[in-house]
Amino acid sequence: MQKTVSIKDLIRKDNNKNKLKMGVEKTVPFLLFALASISILTTVGIVSTLLYETFLFFRDVSIIEFFTNTEMKPLSRVEPSFSILPLLSGTVLISLVAMLVAIPIGLTTAIYLSEYASVNVRKAVKPVIEVLAGIPTIVYGFFAFTFVTPLLREFIPALQATNALSPGIVMGIMIIPLVASLSEDAMNSVPKAMREGALALGATKLEVTMRVVIPAAISGIIASFVLGISRAIGETMIVTIASGSSKNLTFDITQSMQTMTAYIVEVTSGDAGAGTTAYYSLYAVAFALFFFTLIMNMFAGYISRKYREAY
Amino acid sequence: MSSLSMSTEVPVKKETKDHVNKSVVYDTKNLNLWYGDNHALKNINLPMHENEVTAIIGPSGCGKSTYIKTLNRMVELVQDVSISGEILYRDKNIFDKNYRVEELRTRVGMVFQKPNPFPKSIFDNIAYGPRIHGIKDKKILKEIVEKSLRGAAIWDEVKDRLQENAYGLSGGQQQRLCIARCLAIEPDVLLMDEPTSALDPKSTLKVEELIKELKENYSIIIVTHNMQQAARISDKTAFFLNGEVIEYDDTDIIFSTPSDKRTEDYITGRFG
Amino acid sequence: MKELALNSNEKTTQKQYMNLAKVNRRMTARLLINNVVKYLFFASTMFGLVILAFLMYQIFSDGLGWLSMDFLTNRLSTLPERAGIIGAITGTVWLMFIVGPVTMVLGIGTAIYLEEYAKKGKFHSFIQTNITNLAGVPSIVFGLLGLTIFVRMFGFGPSIIAGGLTMALLVLPIVVVASQEAIRAVPSYLREASYGMGATKWQTIKNIVLPASIAGILTGVILALSRAIGETAPLVAIGIPALIVPIPSSITDNFTVLPMQIYYWTIDSVLVDEYASMAAATIIVLLAVLFLMNSVAIIIRNKFQKRY
Repeated sequence: MQKTVSIKDLIRKDNNKNKLKMGVEKTVPFLLFALASISILTTVGIVSTLLYETFLFFRDVSIIEFFTNTEMKPLSRVEPSFSILPLLSGTVLISLVAMLVAIPIGLTTAIYLSEYASVNVRKAVKPVIEVLAGIPTIVYGFFAFTFVTPLLREFIPALQATNALSPGIVMGIMIIPLVASLSEDAMNSVPKAMREGALALGATKLEVTMRVVIPAAISGIIASFVLGISRAIGETMIVTIASGSSKNLTFDITQSMQTMTAYIVEVTSGDAGAGTTAYYSLYAVAFALFFFTLIMNMFAGYISRKYREAY
Repeated sequence: MSSLSMSTEVPVKKETKDHVNKSVVYDTKNLNLWYGDNHALKNINLPMHENEVTAIIGPSGCGKSTYIKTLNRMVELVQDVSISGEILYRDKNIFDKNYRVEELRTRVGMVFQKPNPFPKSIFDNIAYGPRIHGIKDKKILKEIVEKSLRGAAIWDEVKDRLQENAYGLSGGQQQRLCIARCLAIEPDVLLMDEPTSALDPKSTLKVEELIKELKENYSIIIVTHNMQQAARISDKTAFFLNGEVIEYDDTDIIFSTPSDKRTEDYITGRFG
Repeated sequence: MKELALNSNEKTTQKQYMNLAKVNRRMTARLLINNVVKYLFFASTMFGLVILAFLMYQIFSDGLGWLSMDFLTNRLSTLPERAGIIGAITGTVWLMFIVGPVTMVLGIGTAIYLEEYAKKGKFHSFIQTNITNLAGVPSIVFGLLGLTIFVRMFGFGPSIIAGGLTMALLVLPIVVVASQEAIRAVPSYLREASYGMGATKWQTIKNIVLPASIAGILTGVILALSRAIGETAPLVAIGIPALIVPIPSSITDNFTVLPMQIYYWTIDSVLVDEYASMAAATIIVLLAVLFLMNSVAIIIRNKFQKRY
């Protein structure tokens, strides 16, 4: 009643093409391996260019001077001098302001969402916070420069047009979603049974949160802080726009100051020609930046891995 | 009935040397298997015959699932497996270096514990096998799909919805679809790893009936934890315990007069 | 011990440690604190929402007036009333034409290699750690890599190809990680079924694993692209000029993109007042593009979502 289809014959015919099939089978892993090694090449590229050009820089400038000098005048024709300290102070200060905003607000947001909020509130709030995380940093820079700084100057007349305070605050706002979502993840992974144990003893939600949940999730929470700091150190556009380019070794947040990242922008978009000491200094600063952020990211990874093993 | 509509390309019975016994499809010789240090299969020797249903029974953890997965070398997907001994399929050692595992799996179909259709349409599920083996002609594919679905006794239920996602089917239908998917590449042997364990009694019955029909054309090796099932559908039964074959004989004998005390204990429900 | 004391009704000689009256009095205070703090936490959560609202209001009230067909289609000009962003829009589109395919090929390839081929061992975890660390490298450092390798060593100059490749490497970890997760989520029984039919490894990946994970992969690609669209720092570092450049017509042309336009108009807003509004208008365009892309990602996720 049916026409006979000899599938076996058809398959056998296909098997004659098996050489091609097996050839593909053997080639694909090598191709994919080659693609996967691009990511390693990228790292090698970053590390080797930074190392090489930094090496060239330290032929011109003594490494001790670079870390002890307090004057940073890379483009001065009369007496150029190089020091990372003013850039470090700018970076640390602005990051500090940012974390003073991001840590309290980020952590309490995480606590609210993980411990208090109803399912509906959570469903409504989380996407908004994700939107906050998706806004390009250039928009935050614009916000800091054209809105936050003028607003702050109403209250603090001494505030300069470019300063550390405004970009610090805005950067903190930018980092809130990062701290909030990572801390919330850490708190969510605390077993329900631990909360129930405390609640059954008559503890309030706040007490459960403070004495049970946070201690149990502490390494994840700290990891989120560390990642936040790393993010602050590496952030470029907000500070380039709103914190100015004065290379002052100062801790006055009303002053204009420059971070490591903003320095890189200034030199690359400026007149320092390739081969000049100012040009090489760029790589020395970038190397320091790369090094600090790498250490922090690895540290954060290490502590959050550790807490995952705990349960 | 549905088996009648299968093509004439069913395995042609070989001229057997031994006229009493059917020819051996699978012959396992001194098979040992380790997961790391865990000795999971110990010195297995089992000959399995054409056009018979061979049931493998035993308590969980006895190695029956491992064994059936070794027959098409799926067990090697688990890391850290080492194997010694040989399994002859149609007189060729499947562990031979030059033996192509894909070819083995084309000749030996497998039905899994949980129905595992692909997230594709019913048609594409059945056509998957033929397609990967280079059959592209739409007309032929259509014929294969119909024939396989008929062979798995599910054609009437799905013929009007071939383009719908296979996940819309019930569990029992999904499992028969998976059997049809195997039939589409016209295998020689069907391996079934507890094919009804995830199904309700009614679907189980349907699958069992199907297995009895398929036996006419295929050699079937089935792992089951359900002894009644083994008794109902199989010709031969092997009893596994702690990675060893305790007893292997005609199903009637195993279930009436087992020669080993442990087999008797298991069958009468004293452990397991 | 405490339990015992609480439950004993009889006046015994046993010392009672819990004074119920005291406990209850303290309880009122504890519950009050709990409630107050709850609202504090809530207020803090709302802070993010309020800021977002402020930000949007500020940008829209500032920029909406400047948005017009002319603004979208005019070329760049120093005269505010004649300036438009067609150059930046074209540049952004060109950039995506490089970043999209390059990250897709590299990212999906890497993910398949890691999930399906590489043996779980030292080398596997080495690549994995490397990708995690790359994701944390500041974008400006990627800019320096692009400047050194693509702009200078390969001699591409500050062109679309140099910017695109730099950006592709920057967002590569996003695609890799998202693809890995999507591939990992494909249940192993689907792979087994395919192998059981005699399919080879690559046939299984091509016909089963990739189709089943495509939604997750595409979501990752779109996320990566939206990151690339908004990213500014690496392009500043590779030296995208602030000058008026002709509209690019090939990958070796110089170019500018929306965020760069925003950057230059923002810093120059101290010179020309209108520039701030023009930057705001450009931000609206940028945010609209990002909003559109994220909507597409959500649609893809919902449409392709498979039941396993």
